[in-house]
Amino acid sequence: MTSSHSNILCRWQTDDLLCWLLRGLAAIAGLVVVVIVGFLIAEALPVLSLIGLGRFFTDPSWHPAEGFYNLTPMLWGTLFAMAGSVLIATPLGILSAVFCHHYAPPAVARSYRRLIELLAGIPSVVYGFWGLVVLVPLIGDIHPPGPSLLAGILILTIMILPTITLMADASLANVPQHYLRGAAALGLPRWATIRGVVFPAAKSGLFTGVILETGRAIGETMAILMVCGNVVQTPSSLFDPIRTLTANIALEMAYALGDHRAALFVSGLVLMAMIVGLAIAAEWISRGRIYG
Amino acid sequence: MYRYRDSSGLKVGHVFSAFLVLALFGAHDTATAQTTAPDPLSGKLVVTGSSTVAPLIAEIGKRFERLNPKVRVDVQTGGSSRGVTDVRQGLADIGMISRAMKDDEKDLHAFTVARDGVGIIVHKDNPIRTLSDEQVIAIYTGKITNWKEVGGKEAAITVVSKAEGRSTLEVFLHYFKLKNTDIKPHVVIGDNEQGVKTVAGNRNAIGYVSIGTAEYDESQGVPITLLSTGGVPASTESVRNGTFPISRPLHIVTRTAPAGLAKAFIEYAQSKAAHDLITQQYFVPLAN
Repeated sequence: MTSSHSNILCRWQTDDLLCWLLRGLAAIAGLVVVVIVGFLIAEALPVLSLIGLGRFFTDPSWHPAEGFYNLTPMLWGTLFAMAGSVLIATPLGILSAVFCHHYAPPAVARSYRRLIELLAGIPSVVYGFWGLVVLVPLIGDIHPPGPSLLAGILILTIMILPTITLMADASLANVPQHYLRGAAALGLPRWATIRGVVFPAAKSGLFTGVILETGRAIGETMAILMVCGNVVQTPSSLFDPIRTLTANIALEMAYALGDHRAALFVSGLVLMAMIVGLAIAAEWISRGRIYG
Repeated sequence: MYRYRDSSGLKVGHVFSAFLVLALFGAHDTATAQTTAPDPLSGKLVVTGSSTVAPLIAEIGKRFERLNPKVRVDVQTGGSSRGVTDVRQGLADIGMISRAMKDDEKDLHAFTVARDGVGIIVHKDNPIRTLSDEQVIAIYTGKITNWKEVGGKEAAITVVSKAEGRSTLEVFLHYFKLKNTDIKPHVVIGDNEQGVKTVAGNRNAIGYVSIGTAEYDESQGVPITLLSTGGVPASTESVRNGTFPISRPLHIVTRTAPAGLAKAFIEYAQSKAAHDLITQQYFVPLAN
C-alpha cells in the first residue's frame, strides 16, 4: 500500500482511515457471499445428513413428497438450456456489434443500439408471458406439446442477447483508433481488419460478455418457468419439456415443508456449485491468454 | 467504455437473497405465539396454514379488523400440514386446511368456511365435453395419448399437471386414487392462472384447476371449457350443493374449543357477512 505524502496537514490519518474503510466495505461484500452459502448449507443440512448427497443424483425420480430426490434431470435441463442459448446468442450478439461499429451508417447504429438497450430493460416475466402466449403455441403446432427445451432456449437467447451485444459493442468501441488506422494503412480489407486486429484487441471484453450472458442464462427463472413445461426429465429432443434448477425452486418453494423444503435448498446449493464451476472454468480458460 | 448497464449478472443473487428473506421470516414465526387479552375482542390472532385458504382468511381478517379496531389478524402461509403442526404446537391460534380432516387429526376442532372444487379443463375448440373417470386416469397415466381414442380429433394430448406440494394436485390425486409418480405430464404448472393460460394457449391440452378460477376466466372470454365429471357439470353451483365429486372443504381449525377472540373470528368467517369475500376468491360459500 502506498500512502500519499502530499497530504501535509495530517500525514497518514486520512490514508489509514480510507484503508480501513475500504477493508471494511470489502469485507462486507465478501461476507454476504459467505453468509448466503453458509445459510444454504445450514438449510440443506437436515436432508443432507438424513439421506446423503449421493441420493440427489442416484434416486429414480424427483418426487420429494414420496422421498425421491433426483436432481440430475434438472441439472441437465439447466445445462442444455444455458448451452443452447449461449451458443446462439454469442455469435449473434458479437456479429451485430460488429455490424453496429464497422458496417452500419451512424444513424442506424445509434437507433439500433437504443433498441438493444430497450431489449435489456424488458422484465423477464414479460418475455415469459410473450413466450407462453405466442412462442409456445407456435412450437406446439410444429411438434406438440409446445412448452419445451426449444422454447426455453429461444426465450433465453432473446433475453441474453442484449447482454453480449452491449458488452461486445463497448469492447469494440475500446479498440484503439491507431490499430484501425494501421490496418487501413496496410491496405487490409474491412473483414480482415475485424478478424485480425479488432477481435484480438477486444477479446477480454468479448469474453467478459460471454461470462455475463452465461450467468444470466443459468439464473433466469420466471420466463423459463413459464415456457419450459417444468416436467422433471432428461430431454431427449429439443421438443421435450424440461425443468431447470431455478424453476424447481420457484415452483415448489411456496408449498414445500420439511425435507422437501431442505431438498430445494440442495437445488440452490447445486446451482451455486454450477456457478462456481463456471467461474473456475472461465478463470482457467482465460489465464494468461485473455486478460494477460 | 461502459455504456453497458448491468441488469443481468445479479439474477442468481436474487434467488439467494429471496432465501435470505425467507429465512428471516421463517425464524420470525416462532416468536409470534398466542396472546390472549382480557377483553375478548382485542389482541392478536395468528393464523397459519394452507396457501389456498390464506388469501380468503386474510380478506376476512381485514374486514374483521375494521369491525374490531383493537384486533390484529396475522395470516401466514406454509401449507395445510403447517397449519396442523402450528396449531398443535401452539404457535398459531387458528390453522387453515384445504382438505377434509384426516383420521389422525380428530384432536383438532375443525370448522368449514367454504368449499372449493377442482374441475378438468380443455380448450374451447376441443369437441370433448365429458370424460369418464377411467378416461381421465388413462390420459394422466399416459395410457391414452391421442384425443381420437376418447372420441375427439386426431391430435396428441398435452397433459397439464400441478407441481408437487400444491393442494389442487392432492385433491386431484386423491379423487382419482393416483400417485404423483404415476402421472406422466407434458407440462407442470404452479398456480391456477398459469394452468388456465397454458390450456387456453394449446388446443390439445387437458388440465385441472380450481373451479372458481376456471368459471371466472371462462366468463371473461378465455377459450377454455370445464368438463363435467361423473355426469355432474363442473360449476360453483354443483360444488355448493355437494353433488360435484372432486371438491374439498376449506377448514379452519383450533386445538381447543375456541373461546373469546378466536371464537368470534370463526363465527364471523362462517357467517353470511363473509360470503361476498368467499365468492370474490372464487370459492363457494356453504349453502346455509
